[in-house]
Amino acid sequence: MHIRKKTIHFRLNGELVSAEVASHQNLVELLQNLFDLFGARESCGQGLCGCCTVLVDGRSVSGCLYLASFVDGTSVQTVEGLADGQRLDPVQEAFIEAGAFQCGFCTPGFLLMTKQLLDAHPEPNEDQICHYLSGNLCRCASYPEIIRAVKLAASKREKLLS
Amino acid sequence: MMPTTTAPGGQVGRSVPRLEAVAKVTGRAEYVHHMRLPRMLMGKIVRSTVAHGRLKNIDLGEALKVPGVHRIVTRDDLVKVVPHPYYGPAFHDQPILAIDKVRYVGEPVAVVLASDPHVAEQAAQLVVVDYEELPAVFDEVEAADSLVVVHEELKPAGTFPDLKHLHGVRDTNIALDFRLCRGNPDRAFADADYVFEHTFRTQQVLHVPLEPYVSIAETNGLSMTIHTASQSPSFVRLEIARLLGWPENRVRVQVPFLGGGFGGKLYIKLEALVAALALIVMRPVKIALPMEEQFYTLTKHASTFRIKSAVGKDGRVTARECEIWWNGGAYADIGPRVSQKSGFTAPGPYDIDNVKIASYALYTNLPPAGALRGFGIPQLVWAYESHSDLIARALGIDPLAFRRKNLLRNGRPQATGTVVQDMGADACLERVAALMQWDAPFDRGASPVRRGRGIAIGFKASISPTTSVAVVNVSADGSCTLYCGTVDMGQGSDTALAQIVAEVLNIPAETVRVVHSDTDVTPYDMATLGSRSTFHMGHAVKFAAEDARQKLEALAAEVGLPRGSNQPTRELFMRKYKMQAGNIIGMGSFIPPYTPPDHDTGQSDNITPFWMVGATGVELEVDTETGHVRILKMINVADVGRSINPGIVETQLSGAAIMQLGFTTTEKMQFEAGQVTNASLADYKIPGFLDLPAVIVNEVIDSHQHNGPFGAKGVGESGTFAVSPAIANAIEDAVGVRITSLPITPEAVYLALRASRSGAIEN
Repeated sequence: MHIRKKTIHFRLNGELVSAEVASHQNLVELLQNLFDLFGARESCGQGLCGCCTVLVDGRSVSGCLYLASFVDGTSVQTVEGLADGQRLDPVQEAFIEAGAFQCGFCTPGFLLMTKQLLDAHPEPNEDQICHYLSGNLCRCASYPEIIRAVKLAASKREKLLS
Repeated sequence: MMPTTTAPGGQVGRSVPRLEAVAKVTGRAEYVHHMRLPRMLMGKIVRSTVAHGRLKNIDLGEALKVPGVHRIVTRDDLVKVVPHPYYGPAFHDQPILAIDKVRYVGEPVAVVLASDPHVAEQAAQLVVVDYEELPAVFDEVEAADSLVVVHEELKPAGTFPDLKHLHGVRDTNIALDFRLCRGNPDRAFADADYVFEHTFRTQQVLHVPLEPYVSIAETNGLSMTIHTASQSPSFVRLEIARLLGWPENRVRVQVPFLGGGFGGKLYIKLEALVAALALIVMRPVKIALPMEEQFYTLTKHASTFRIKSAVGKDGRVTARECEIWWNGGAYADIGPRVSQKSGFTAPGPYDIDNVKIASYALYTNLPPAGALRGFGIPQLVWAYESHSDLIARALGIDPLAFRRKNLLRNGRPQATGTVVQDMGADACLERVAALMQWDAPFDRGASPVRRGRGIAIGFKASISPTTSVAVVNVSADGSCTLYCGTVDMGQGSDTALAQIVAEVLNIPAETVRVVHSDTDVTPYDMATLGSRSTFHMGHAVKFAAEDARQKLEALAAEVGLPRGSNQPTRELFMRKYKMQAGNIIGMGSFIPPYTPPDHDTGQSDNITPFWMVGATGVELEVDTETGHVRILKMINVADVGRSINPGIVETQLSGAAIMQLGFTTTEKMQFEAGQVTNASLADYKIPGFLDLPAVIVNEVIDSHQHNGPFGAKGVGESGTFAVSPAIANAIEDAVGVRITSLPITPEAVYLALRASRSGAIEN
């Protein structure tokens, strides 16, 4: 198997990094194999479940479908970059307080989608929440708790701003 | 006695946030999925392409030419390290790799090993396997007397006394026939005012944990460590030890968090395969299944249930006959237990004097079936609660009144003869009815969208008799560690068990450290299944904490402190050892009393230590032009005993009910000649945000299980029991058609509306 490699440079959770990636490698493989970041996980492998959600320049992508080489020159944020040291992001706090996860495998994806949702719509209503997060699946079905968590996160972020 | 100066109190009954919450929201919780070891090889499984056939030649020529392939392992290599490579909890029927026959499409035949998983995947596609195809059987009812035999001879494992009589039985697909007879059903049917008989079917579905099956083995040839996403580390240890002919203490099984389990990750899944592979290549081996291959691993039984009732003019059910065929697929897994342990509840939570049950575990040429959140109960409730409504409607009795009249109440014998205690069937039913405002006028909508409501109730016995052992370690600074084999797969067991320790030792639950399953360290536990952990492990943990408390009191006396002295624990150790040193180890073990059912009659005076109840009420609307069903309200009420952690209990009920909503409305494995044709989340639809009922209410009744730890019992499955029939009952209430097979798709409803010839709906 002839594998073509390319060196890419990007910002990962705020830090400038570079990596040599093969043309077939996806973003999850890049994060796991070269940076030991495991918060983005491959589950369905088809971009349908959202477990591998990563923000690239602030936009969510499915890390299992997104080629690693595409992040060249971008800024990548993973769940590991949400907290500031030991201080959790309001979205993380809200998910804990609302009990919005069980096994936790899908949680990083939901957290990042929620962050993107609240960046775009600081006060989402229930319909917006459901539609926005409909690309993320939770087999433990903590959906009602996630809706509560998103609302709670919205109010936490508003308090922080005011 | 413990490090805090103020008594925290009230640890049980408090909604403590999950102990691992921060790890889960920062992406740092450990899963086997993430784990990698130095020199580790990745395995890719080559799977059978035929449903039933003799395995002929396996041609590895082209595959071995792929650069980077380390080795390709087949049956010939396997039997050199594991001479008798058959495993299973009930039957030793499942080969680690196919030996002489393949019995379903997707059965493992060979494994390609490579450092790069992409290389292994590419080479796996180049392995050419020849089969001599045999006729196959797929339907569970046909399998009962089919000439096609999946296994030539039955091979019970010997662990269950009630399977011993099956040893060496030949030429049958019936892995177990459980029978129960109580009273005189034949006479009651002959004397009945009315007899009702219906047949209901459920489809094959699967667990779909978002962390698919994954296991790693490493060995030095003398000992073996297996890191696996398993709900049953103790079983994995003893089964791997048995396969290798090693003592248990040479096999170590470690389990971190699971990304969901739901009954799938029980017994042996990939563990025996990675263990054998690691021994063959003497390097660590990992197999992580992609989503598609979950569909070839374990499923939930499809079933056919023929139910017949004798009913008096007053609406009393005087006799019931239940015949259930469980489609177990190609290997028994825990299927025969499902047939028996759930089979005896087939008449439902009703007080019926004359009962006859036959429950058959069947082999077919489909992917194996096992436990899935309810252990057969949701399939049974689907039938008996649909049947309840059909009888009530035929007799012109309100469905709630019909249930009230026949309900099994405390102090009365269940079909096994066991007198029920602490079973809140009546309280659950009444609470659902009250929340539904059953007696209030109901808006039935207008054409073309009609509204209806339905109610259903199910119950389950605990899986008995099973053992749990726990250790509580108090360190010299007073901090406390719990060692137990219960696996936290999302149900919150770490937190609930820490609360039990905390309650006994009077410390905050948040300060208790829970050590995850590591069979070198944590003691035996039968498995995390069947809603058994809160009750069984809860007891063991409570006993261990009480043992530690007594030892601390003895230590206090030994160092000369008066009884009831409020000295911090660290002071006790300091006085005894003159420095921060030493431990107090508390030990607890638990197995509940149990009487096995009589082989011929199924009768037992103590069939279970506790009963679980789940009731559901549904309001929905049906679009009569499209068959589309929209659920407006779903109410789930359960008897869980006392809630150890009310917040997590509610999440469990809600999650279970929504999962069952998927099994009711969208999920179905589609097959063509035994080949599953929708093995992806694109084609197999699990519930998402847009599938939620508009309103979900989850409640527990006020309850106290007299023999439970702090009055608690199980909760993980109860939310699943009654969802499916409540929906079918509501659909009939709305539009007058009865769906008897799951799933209830818009197509199924539309076709039933067309078939009903009831032009009145539309005109």
